[in-house]
Amino acid sequence: MKIHEFQAKELMQARGIPVPLGIPVTSVAEAVAAVEPLIERSGNPVVVLKSQIHAGGRGKGRFAEHPDLGGVNVVLEGKDGGVEAAKGRVRELAAKMLGSTLVTVQTGPAGKKVNRLYLEQGIDIARELYLSVVLDRGASRNVVMVSTEGGTEIEEVAAATPEKILRAEIDPGLGLLDFQARELAFGLGLDGAAYKNGVKFITALAAAAVELDTDLIEINPLVVTADGGVMALDAKMSFEANALYRHPDVQDMRDLSEEDAAEIEASNYGLSFIKLDGTIGCMVNGAGLAMATMDIIKYVGGEPANFLDVGGGAEKEQVAAAFKIITRDPNVRGIFVNIFGGIMKCDTIAQGIVDAVGEVGLQTPLVVRLEGTNIDLGKQILDESGLNILSAADMKDGAQKILEASR
Amino acid sequence: MSVLIDRNTRVIVQGMGKTGRFHTDTAVAYGTRMVGAVHPSRAGQTEVFEGATDHSGVPGRGDTYHEELPIFRTVREARAATDATATVIYVPPPFAADAIMEAADAGMELIVCITEGIPVADMVKAKGYLASRSSRLVGPNCPGVITPGECKIGIMPGYIHEAGRIGVVSRSGTLTYEAVHQLTQAGLGQTTAIGIGGDPVNGTNFVDCLKMFQDDPATEGVIMIGEIGGSAEEDAAKWTTEHMTKPVAAFIAGTTAPSGKRMGHAGAIISGGKGTAADKIAALRDAGVVVAPTPTDMGAAMQEALAG
Repeated sequence: MKIHEFQAKELMQARGIPVPLGIPVTSVAEAVAAVEPLIERSGNPVVVLKSQIHAGGRGKGRFAEHPDLGGVNVVLEGKDGGVEAAKGRVRELAAKMLGSTLVTVQTGPAGKKVNRLYLEQGIDIARELYLSVVLDRGASRNVVMVSTEGGTEIEEVAAATPEKILRAEIDPGLGLLDFQARELAFGLGLDGAAYKNGVKFITALAAAAVELDTDLIEINPLVVTADGGVMALDAKMSFEANALYRHPDVQDMRDLSEEDAAEIEASNYGLSFIKLDGTIGCMVNGAGLAMATMDIIKYVGGEPANFLDVGGGAEKEQVAAAFKIITRDPNVRGIFVNIFGGIMKCDTIAQGIVDAVGEVGLQTPLVVRLEGTNIDLGKQILDESGLNILSAADMKDGAQKILEASR
Repeated sequence: MSVLIDRNTRVIVQGMGKTGRFHTDTAVAYGTRMVGAVHPSRAGQTEVFEGATDHSGVPGRGDTYHEELPIFRTVREARAATDATATVIYVPPPFAADAIMEAADAGMELIVCITEGIPVADMVKAKGYLASRSSRLVGPNCPGVITPGECKIGIMPGYIHEAGRIGVVSRSGTLTYEAVHQLTQAGLGQTTAIGIGGDPVNGTNFVDCLKMFQDDPATEGVIMIGEIGGSAEEDAAKWTTEHMTKPVAAFIAGTTAPSGKRMGHAGAIISGGKGTAADKIAALRDAGVVVAPTPTDMGAAMQEALAG
């Protein structure tokens, strides 16, 4: 589960990890009203207005409605013009940013609507660094990564200059050890007050990652200020879904407006669903088989409209819900049901399909491929239903049939 | 011959809720030597299993079975009383990592964890705990391990399997059934099929399984079924190049999966441009592995690999 930058910074601040002062706002009036108290508290007439969406690349991203405007804007007007000038510029920017669509490298061409801004104090930056805590699957441990190349995509650093990324594994029993934090801080070239603050920051962030069950914390850039302070200028945090039950406070931070409505509905039925751009809807049992079904649709020349795993123990209700979700997508011109019944019996699935079609109707061609337990019974139920269901011998046959039928 | 389990493997079960009971029953019906169960608050009782024998399993049995499994307080007690060497875990996610560690501490040689949805941090701890012990963990979030006609540990349907020549190792459940079904149809059968699970932190990986199959005289070839995310398939490709003398076929799911989206399994995600199906397929082909272009061609790919 992803959260916004301002929420990540709240969680960090509550754990004593330095972040800039900031105020989240959802309207132009709130944005303008936040300027004066923020400047008073920070003592810095410069403020920054940052779009809050669940995607990176905001600074370089541009608004669809305002092609010359980026997703993150520094307001310098307060330096010479005072608070009123800062307010004026914030009013102008917030009016353009709020409700507009921000397109970044991570949002795709459709972009994401900006519903919230984060007004943050300006920071006097001396150096930009990189810090993250992420699971290393090979090591089966969380690993802290740092780099002197802050502010750029870490994948680019890893590809071009891998020697500039330093890492330390977090022992699951002991946590990040003091000497590891010191080594990382020295590796970043920190000294004096910045060194001490850096060690503290790294240690606290590693502890927060473990405590909060994050699957990623990325601070890019981590900045060193002119007076040797170390703080998170940006913060990206996402949480491991299986551990969310342990963190009700984090669950409360879920922003449903950032997620696809159909995907939310599917998850309420225990279905795993991901919307894609194609025309062939799929319903499959098992995640691997569901991915393979998408692949084979593409292989025969079609485009899958979704990933949908009904799970190992789906009941009639889930099959019906899956049907409704698939058929609601206006791009869907055909549906391919691919079930390998193991524990799940083919006759149960067939009955679920027949009932679901009876309930929601069938406007598009439907191809069903059944294999496994009670296959003959399942086929018989489909044949005797009187519904216009095409039967497939195997996955490839099913994919070809649905592609032809949907043309 | 086979790997990990055979007709003599004695198995206990941790977790005797609805799921645990259901799958223990199918295991007993298959002919697996289930010898006990662990349930802290029901120790001293017995759990009764009876019904019609699954004749696709261990041959030479009567048409019905009746088994009474004793329930123990701890894995250590269960092991001492039954001489079991393997355990299967159906404990709910919040308690499953502890169940794994208890089994390891009791010295179980093989721990098969079926449970789906265990927090990664719990598995990181369990994996650290296992590092200083000799147990082998398979899973979690997997269908289990089966040696056809001898022993079935897990949730896979037994009847699609057939004793034969091919070792199967897979990150996915139903896709494994698909591969097994095709191998059975092709008359190749399986020596042992191992589901290693779809989680990012698991006990046994592809390389571990390739090693076991390489050393098993009965296994003539191996099919591995991978998916997007991580680099386990690339590691397997490297190991195959350096050590594997038996033919290997593969299928990788997720060619069309979008970046940054978790495709059902916690481990099936392309992040930062890494873990794509294309990279994995290229690495495997470079290692001389026959990669099936579609999931319908897995059996054919294995035949092609065997033909050299």
